[in-house]
Amino acid sequence: MIYASQSLGDLWAWALNQFAVFCGWLGIPEVIRYTVEKGAYAVGLLVFISLTALVLIYMERKVSAHMQLRYGPMWTGGWHGWSQTIADMIKLLLKEDVIPDKADRWVHRIAPIVIFVPSLVGFLVIPFDKYLIGADLNVGILIIFGFSSIAVLSIFMGGWASNNKYTLLGGLRSAAQMISYELPLVLSVLGVVMTVGSLKMSDIVMAQKDVWFLFTPNFLGFIIYIIAGTAEVNRTPFDIPEAESELVSGYNTEYSGLKYGFFMLSEFTNTFIISAIAATFFMGGWNGPSWLPGIVSFLAKTYLIVFLLMWFRWTFPRFRVDRLMDFGWKFLLPLSFFNILMIAVWILVTK
Amino acid sequence: MTEQIKNTGFEEMTLNMGPQHPSTHGVLHLLLKMDGEVITEARPDIGYLHRGMEKLAEKRTWGANIALSDRWDYIASMSNNFAAVLGPEKLMNITVPKRAEYIRVIMAELNRIASHLIFFGTYGIDIGAFTPFFYAFREREMILDLYESVCGARLTYNYFRIGGVSADLPADFVPGVKSFIDYFRPKLKEYDTLLSTNPIFMDRTVGVGNISKEEAIDWALSGPNIRASGVNFDIRKDDAYSVYNEFDFNIPTGKNGDCFDRYMVRMNEMKESARIIEQAIEKLEPGDIIAKVAKVVRPPAGEIYTHVEAPKGELGVYCISDGSTLPYRYKVRGPSFVNLAILQKMLKGLKIADVVAVLGSIDIVLGEVDR
Repeated sequence: MIYASQSLGDLWAWALNQFAVFCGWLGIPEVIRYTVEKGAYAVGLLVFISLTALVLIYMERKVSAHMQLRYGPMWTGGWHGWSQTIADMIKLLLKEDVIPDKADRWVHRIAPIVIFVPSLVGFLVIPFDKYLIGADLNVGILIIFGFSSIAVLSIFMGGWASNNKYTLLGGLRSAAQMISYELPLVLSVLGVVMTVGSLKMSDIVMAQKDVWFLFTPNFLGFIIYIIAGTAEVNRTPFDIPEAESELVSGYNTEYSGLKYGFFMLSEFTNTFIISAIAATFFMGGWNGPSWLPGIVSFLAKTYLIVFLLMWFRWTFPRFRVDRLMDFGWKFLLPLSFFNILMIAVWILVTK
Repeated sequence: MTEQIKNTGFEEMTLNMGPQHPSTHGVLHLLLKMDGEVITEARPDIGYLHRGMEKLAEKRTWGANIALSDRWDYIASMSNNFAAVLGPEKLMNITVPKRAEYIRVIMAELNRIASHLIFFGTYGIDIGAFTPFFYAFREREMILDLYESVCGARLTYNYFRIGGVSADLPADFVPGVKSFIDYFRPKLKEYDTLLSTNPIFMDRTVGVGNISKEEAIDWALSGPNIRASGVNFDIRKDDAYSVYNEFDFNIPTGKNGDCFDRYMVRMNEMKESARIIEQAIEKLEPGDIIAKVAKVVRPPAGEIYTHVEAPKGELGVYCISDGSTLPYRYKVRGPSFVNLAILQKMLKGLKIADVVAVLGSIDIVLGEVDR
């Protein structure tokens, strides 16, 4: 039975159950049932991702505008320029696709795909609600970090293949930055994994039923995670790969049209993933007040982190590239090791 | 394969920064030779905005040259006007009425604030913080509104005249300036919390691009750039022109001559300018705004060098008169042009991210560099 108060996850579980009964009745093989199930989820996820990207771009514009004494888009579509991003997307689709003369054509072409696909894969293991998770793998968090580190490859490909000195510098910077900030990022999450004793996303959420990890000694891990996560998605103060005032637009200087759109979309989807992991690991995921559907409380937490990242972006200046490395290797990495040590001691004491 | 790669395995990269680049403040072209991200040689290439101002001036009457002076440093046109009128006035021995002198000082100091506000905003963008720009322009907008009410223009004012100023202040100008100063003082604190005390900003600017006292003098720097190196040189005090000797104000100086000091000197200068404006408003009394000057200005034959403390530094005009209505020679010493020269020395050994930090801290305007 379905009740109005039940959340989307329960609804999805109920639908799957009904579908399984239906398949059993018709005698449809297990393989087809599984494919249809996952296919439906994937379609839903793709719709969600594209909507999320649109919402995030709109949100970025509005947040930045209001922090800068502006209104942002106000005309397109009527109410507060809600359709501005849609119009922009159409503009990007219709733009001429320019490949520089001396560019490495194939690498230049596939770089945007290489950055966009991993960011889609990351969504598979994000637990939106109790049963609403694409694949509840027992290595859930590793999948996300594994795939997100492919992004650096793409940025480097794009920067190198464009055959432009600014893009090359952007690509080099990003390779150095993302590799060095991946370590504190993974290590900061390790504290939570140690506390829970599982890499599975659903286990981690379930463990926070009573108290969020944000309010435990894992708080330090949360701080490290937010800093390293900001660096991982190349946002200010760590936006040195695209550093507008230095490198024009960094690795994506020579991209236009849809391919540029992919770079931009993946920036926003990656921002969402980083925020979603923060919400899952430190803020209790879909746990929340009982009257609130799980997905709503999950999205609310995620968007809170997204807002935090935008807040950073529009108030902080940019690091210099060598200082950034100093900060990552000499401060953040030792701090995350200390965090692991502290969590280990805490586990020993409490258990 | 070049010879260099064969011998060392490394290649030096030549990077053309500008003339079309977001942070070269106009059409400056920097030719950078780089070893990775470190600069081994830097050569500023100027002249993309050259309009032949000095030659143009020889074919314009003394009065018309004031309008031309608006186009030198186009974000501080009032100071340019000031420099353009002082020369002929001195040659012709004109005594400017007191009211006009105070109005000139008010205008020049408001212009200093407006110019430093642009510096503050664009320097934030150079370092990577976009928001200060909008805050700075909110305040600058009010100054421009005040200017508009006086002379009808917001960028090229053409307000000064030989012997005075072109129009008297409207009735709401003085209260407007007073309320602006009251509004502006707390905003300076806001800027400090937003940018000046930000650890990342300090990290980017403290100890970057140092200019020693001796270097600053050797390279003939002026304005905030030389004061940041600890040289207490300000034409308003050292060679007081107009009525600047009547005011009580301090000259902010720095110690290390790094980017942060140059930034802080400008921020403190805005406070001092606000003080000068307040005093000038107190002294403002009704009276003539322009001395009796012949319609056709013919300064007696002779030559003269006059200089003012423009927001960017020492703005000097060296003019030779042959007794006719046109100047025989009109040489402009633009502070941006002179200050820019030291860039090639400073940039050596810095990173590419420091290029914009150093260039921004020198605060050049290409209209004045190229003229």
